Amino acid sequence: MTLHTDVPEERLTDLIGKALANRSFFVGLLIALAVAGAALLSFVWTPYDVARLVISDKQQAPSWAHWFGTDHFGRDILSMIMLGARNSIAVALVAVGIGMGIGVPLGCLAAARGGLLDEALMRLNDLVFAFPALLSAIMITAIFGPGAVNAIIAIGIFNVPVFARVARAGALSIWPREFILAARAAGKGQTAITLEHILPNIATLLMVQGTIQFALGILAEAGLSYIGLGAQPPMPSWGRMLFEAQTRMAVAPWMAIFPGMAIVVTVLGLNLLGDGIADIIDPKARRQR
Amino acid sequence: MTASLLDIRDLSLNIGDHPILKGVDLSIAPGEVMGLVGESGSGKSMTALTVMRLLPFAAQASGNVRFDGIDLIAATEDQMCALRGDDIGMVFQEPMTALNPVKTIGEQVAEGIRVHTGAARAEAEERARKMLDRVGLPAEKFPLSRYPHELSGGQRQRVVIAIACALKPKLLIADEPTTALDVVLQKQILELLKDLVRENRMGLLLISHDLAVVTEMADRITILRHGEVMEEGETARVLSEQVHPYTRQLAQASMHVPKRGVLPSPLWGGSANDRSAAEIVRRGEGGGDIHPSSKTEPSSPPPPRLDHFASQSALADPPHKGEGKDGPLLAVKSVSRLYPGRRLSLFRRDTPVHAVDDVSLSIAPGRSVALVGRSGCGKSTLARMILALDRPTSGEIRFRGETVTGKGEAELKAARRDMQVVFQDPYGSFDPRQKVERLVTEPLHLMEKKPSRAERREMATHALTEVGLSASDLDKYPHEFSGGQRQRLSIARAIITRPKLVVADEPVSALDVSIRAQILDLFADLNGRLGVAYLFITHDLTVARAITDDVLVMHEGRIVERGATKEVLDRPQSQAARALVEAAPDLHRAIARKMQEQG
Amino acid sequence: MTAYLLKRLVIAAITLVLASMVVFAVLEIVPGDPARLMLGMNASAEQVELLRSQLGLNDPLALRYLHWAGGLLHLDFGRSYTYSVPVLDLVRERGVVSLPLALIALALSTVIAIPVGLYSASRRGHAGDAVAMGAAQVGVAVPNFWFALLLIYCFAVWLRWVPAGGFAGWGAGIWPALKSLILPAIALALPQAAILARVTRQALLEVLSEDYIRTARAKGMPYRAVLWRHALRNALIPVLTIMGLQFAFLLAGTVIIENVFYLPGLGRLVIQAIAQRDLIVVESVVMLLVAAVIAINLIVDLSYAVVDPRLRSRE
Repeated sequence: MTLHTDVPEERLTDLIGKALANRSFFVGLLIALAVAGAALLSFVWTPYDVARLVISDKQQAPSWAHWFGTDHFGRDILSMIMLGARNSIAVALVAVGIGMGIGVPLGCLAAARGGLLDEALMRLNDLVFAFPALLSAIMITAIFGPGAVNAIIAIGIFNVPVFARVARAGALSIWPREFILAARAAGKGQTAITLEHILPNIATLLMVQGTIQFALGILAEAGLSYIGLGAQPPMPSWGRMLFEAQTRMAVAPWMAIFPGMAIVVTVLGLNLLGDGIADIIDPKARRQR
Repeated sequence: MTASLLDIRDLSLNIGDHPILKGVDLSIAPGEVMGLVGESGSGKSMTALTVMRLLPFAAQASGNVRFDGIDLIAATEDQMCALRGDDIGMVFQEPMTALNPVKTIGEQVAEGIRVHTGAARAEAEERARKMLDRVGLPAEKFPLSRYPHELSGGQRQRVVIAIACALKPKLLIADEPTTALDVVLQKQILELLKDLVRENRMGLLLISHDLAVVTEMADRITILRHGEVMEEGETARVLSEQVHPYTRQLAQASMHVPKRGVLPSPLWGGSANDRSAAEIVRRGEGGGDIHPSSKTEPSSPPPPRLDHFASQSALADPPHKGEGKDGPLLAVKSVSRLYPGRRLSLFRRDTPVHAVDDVSLSIAPGRSVALVGRSGCGKSTLARMILALDRPTSGEIRFRGETVTGKGEAELKAARRDMQVVFQDPYGSFDPRQKVERLVTEPLHLMEKKPSRAERREMATHALTEVGLSASDLDKYPHEFSGGQRQRLSIARAIITRPKLVVADEPVSALDVSIRAQILDLFADLNGRLGVAYLFITHDLTVARAITDDVLVMHEGRIVERGATKEVLDRPQSQAARALVEAAPDLHRAIARKMQEQG
Repeated sequence: MTAYLLKRLVIAAITLVLASMVVFAVLEIVPGDPARLMLGMNASAEQVELLRSQLGLNDPLALRYLHWAGGLLHLDFGRSYTYSVPVLDLVRERGVVSLPLALIALALSTVIAIPVGLYSASRRGHAGDAVAMGAAQVGVAVPNFWFALLLIYCFAVWLRWVPAGGFAGWGAGIWPALKSLILPAIALALPQAAILARVTRQALLEVLSEDYIRTARAKGMPYRAVLWRHALRNALIPVLTIMGLQFAFLLAGTVIIENVFYLPGLGRLVIQAIAQRDLIVVESVVMLLVAAVIAINLIVDLSYAVVDPRLRSRE
């Protein structure tokens, strides 16, 4: 993805007006806020207490009492989804944090220094890229046993080269610009230039990539918990819920449908948000819509 | 008048809600060269794209455009496809991006021939070959299998011309065909266009911002401004009479020479330039002294400038104190810069390229020096080394007696403070995310004593007023300014530390002529008032002639000629300097010649 | 050209060596003694010691790495601790399920995505484009294993067109085997196709705004001809890049999808091996998948050179 970063800074009010007029951004933001709200709400309130198993209520179809139905232990699926959102968001968010925290400085460093250091960092990137998140997760689980932390580390490691590449490519497109030469002529060093000129100019690029990786992180976490390499019971997670639903597809399809929908809607919302940001900030991309 | 080939009547064009063209009239007879002149935003290119019907999606055209009897506004897309490339050819401004990078030049030339004639591949390629030979790309050096990236900008433009002329169209549209090229290439390409038009009796719509280029080439001329035709007529008549005030304004701006060493009049339009261009031309015809630039007295370096400027004293005695020594401000001693050669295989490289080859020069305090040469001659590399943004492979650069070569940033602080830079591109030279105050004060970071916030603001205000902007501009972002204003900002940033030397890399080549004149005045004014020395890097001799005392001519990494500007430009000795001088478009000469031709 | 090829080859080889070191090192730090694991809790200390020296576990680290890596070069992956058969046999047996699955999925995703991307780009802003890209937007968000569950529910449980899971084996003929791979391949391919279609459209639109497209149009070529003859080839580079990345995702995806469909592939093998702490199998499968990812990236790099003449003449 190439983003044109020569973005005229605009007044905040204009920007907010434009943002709200952008359908992708608006819908994406609403969804993201709703999911985050549900996750936060689950700390203080859920429709039912999922720690209490009510076998008499097991595998009930959606009703007014249980909007999304109940699972094989009689737990309310809506409540489980709300709790699962916490796990998904936490894992994906921390993984994006790891990716950005390590990847962006490395990418900026590679772009600023160039030469052998750049080459070495990029080869290191290739190396990490050769291990898809799932393979890292498999290896980590093989060592430490399964758990939510593994998922965070595995997805986080995978995010590092992604952000390093994006930051490097973005920074490389800024470095030859004349305003960087002007800053150098004003005696600014590499660090100062990176902090004052490069980072602000690649920030939107990173933000867009951040939403993409956030969405991918949620998908990856669900996949890992589904095969048992992620969050472990009793911690509710969307992937785990789907795993438990699988053998009961024929009798209780809602057990699979609703957690899946939760994943789709969340990821869709984040992707829309990312598209929206890119759209608002980047006039070139918008023209192409 | 013969029946028109192209006849545009009352053409209006809107993009969204923006009116771009407002009732444009223009006609071209078969075999006629029509020059369409205007500054950026005047709608020249949009006029051409309307004829080609290659307008952006949101554009709405209305009016009457007839080509060879066909109504182009009403024509279907299929009809347009039949016309484009067959009866109407087009050459674009930017040769570097106009060719598909993954197709050979042979394919790209032959493609149009095949589309229109249905010729077999072999036959089309044979015709493509002939066409490439004709535009100066002979088979032995430029086989059909060449890819665009293996060609230089000038060669690529020849390929684009070959594509456009392959089927001998009745009308050729050339939209700023030489703007991206240096003057020597410009002359070659213009001559090629002229010959092709004559051979095939094509009509040519030549679009340019450069009055001199159009005057050389065109039979008739149309002057466009803000989407409206200002004046139209025979080239010689329009430019000699200059009836329309805008025509006069353009012509004067093109020939403008700033007053040097005189106290400010930062805005263009001073009294000395009120003579009409016609008068200048008449004087030009009469004798050797064509150029009013003779006001800047030639002088051999170093400067005893004791002529009529002496009373102004600004130049004779720079206002800076502590200069003490008589030595040069800048001394470059046999500096070379090598770039590693092309990699031939994993372990072998071609011989290194000498971007700059054993160059020595010196600049005295307060002098204005031009470094001229064709594109790729190494002048920008040299400038970057002088600014300590690039390191020489060998040699030494001394600034105010102290070497800057190979020093770290901390040691360079003092030198950087006294040596600032103005770049070519007024759009690229500012961080789009910072406000003017921060941008203009960036070099203050070099001061020994860090100024306080209030001091910074005050210094920024002062710098802005010096370049003709105001304190109210401090809180704006760069995109809120026009190109000329941005170049003023750029200059404000360069002078805020009160430097002794400003290196300006093509500082006016991206600007429209009227803006260019204003910026040149500003440079001249600051030179007089602040005693700052300039190193002007340019391929444009009119700029060099206008505001520099001395000139250095660079060719293939070496300095091949040097001396007083007027001396060198009037009587160039070296081959390279002669080529530059001969190729430089010159409005006086062009008008004089046209007047002879057209009576 | 050769310089470019050589450089890419060398880089791929270095990456492969480094990756093997990582895999080896990671499994070196795993707690637990493989010999003890193989022999069970009842074995005596002497027996364990004997096996340790037989397996070369007492050698210095570097030697053991060289031994292991040398073995890999001869396709000798060692013996599974739990199955007590050569890992190569296990891998071969399971690989004939996973590899065809990943390849079918990649082919399917490409065959769907490129035409959709071309269609959308050529009808930009029209209803067809909006529908296709809306569908792609949703498709990107669908987790493949959930999609797989829906497919099973629809086509296996409800319509009973295909088996819900399991693998007939290639021995029973191509068709039954393919039949059990169809749903898994679709489940893997569609979300990837959604991504690829978006990338293709975006790349095409970016190329279509280039100057040389205008030059081609000025020759009198119709829009569609320009799209096919000029834009597509230039848009191929970002598309190839994404396809390379997708293969890695697809390989990883097979691990999950095989668990949904109870396919006896590498993915099932590795998940079971983790549960049984059969580390040598985990090590070998991870190494194989990593090698496949590196190989695919190399192929992508090389295909850049086929598409783009500028790469051929540069280093």
